[in-house]
Amino acid sequence: MQMDRDLLYRLIEAAVGTVDSHWQELTALDQAIGDGDHGAGMKRGFDAVMADADKLAEQPLPATLTAIGRTLVMSMGGASGPLYGTFFMELGKSLDAAPDRAALNAGFARALAAVAARGKSEPGQKTMLDVLAPVSAALDAGADAGTVARVAHDAAEATVPMLALRGRAAFLGERSVGHMDPGARSSSLIIGAVCAVLEEQSA
Amino acid sequence: MNVGIVIVSHSSKVAEGAADMVRQMVGDQVSVAYAGGDESGGLGTSVARIMAAIDAAWSDAGVAILVDLGGAETNSEMAMEMLPPERQGKVVICNAPIVEGAVIAATEASGGSSLEKVQAVAEELSAQ
Repeated sequence: MQMDRDLLYRLIEAAVGTVDSHWQELTALDQAIGDGDHGAGMKRGFDAVMADADKLAEQPLPATLTAIGRTLVMSMGGASGPLYGTFFMELGKSLDAAPDRAALNAGFARALAAVAARGKSEPGQKTMLDVLAPVSAALDAGADAGTVARVAHDAAEATVPMLALRGRAAFLGERSVGHMDPGARSSSLIIGAVCAVLEEQSA
Repeated sequence: MNVGIVIVSHSSKVAEGAADMVRQMVGDQVSVAYAGGDESGGLGTSVARIMAAIDAAWSDAGVAILVDLGGAETNSEMAMEMLPPERQGKVVICNAPIVEGAVIAATEASGGSSLEKVQAVAEELSAQ
């Protein structure tokens, strides 16, 4: 995939845009089963990325991804700052400037593993991993951008009946059942926004 | 030089209060620093603030960190990985209650114990 400046900028803009238009929903989800800081943290982090978007988009893909990760780590706070930061930094470490589909799949799988290690968690515990893992599997199965976006959306919905075993929601035990995990929701939003741009690009 | 202590809480008041209790026990024999609250002054933890606290409490004998809830631990681990190479491996997170752990760790550190010993003594609290 050729990553020119224009495409990189549109990908960043789409990710930031979906966080900006959904951060209050993320706050509400996190108030239900967490400490309520997820929406504000995501907005703070992605707004900080947008402030640097011009400069970020001009760099080669790995440097862009690493810088996005660092910006998120330093600006978001909360547990999700290091988790999202780790995802992007590991992706930056794994990909080259023009990754083919196989490299993209492998990079995504490594970033997923890095987030799992950072959070000492695994899929099935009602976290963002419950979106990232099925997305990684869909990528490996050769899914197109539209399919990946649907997989991400459905996977976030599927966290509603799950019992939280990690994060602040785990303190609630059974009371965490019946609410969508905020980190799963934010992951699905960003993946959806990125896929929409890639779909448009390939159309 | 004694092991330094860093206290990381979601609340700056908790972090500051715990640091006060530590200083009451060990005075200035142990360097103590804290990181509390997020970038905007609300409840939360911040990698940048934790890195600054590690720097403030720095000792060549190492630094022991005490944390409260999940995000404090995750952000502290992130901060440890982002330290300059010469400081890597000289910082540990103690699996111990934040206030009691900080006081016990600092008391142990004030006697000149190694980082491993300071961590082990603090973590005995969780084993009880």
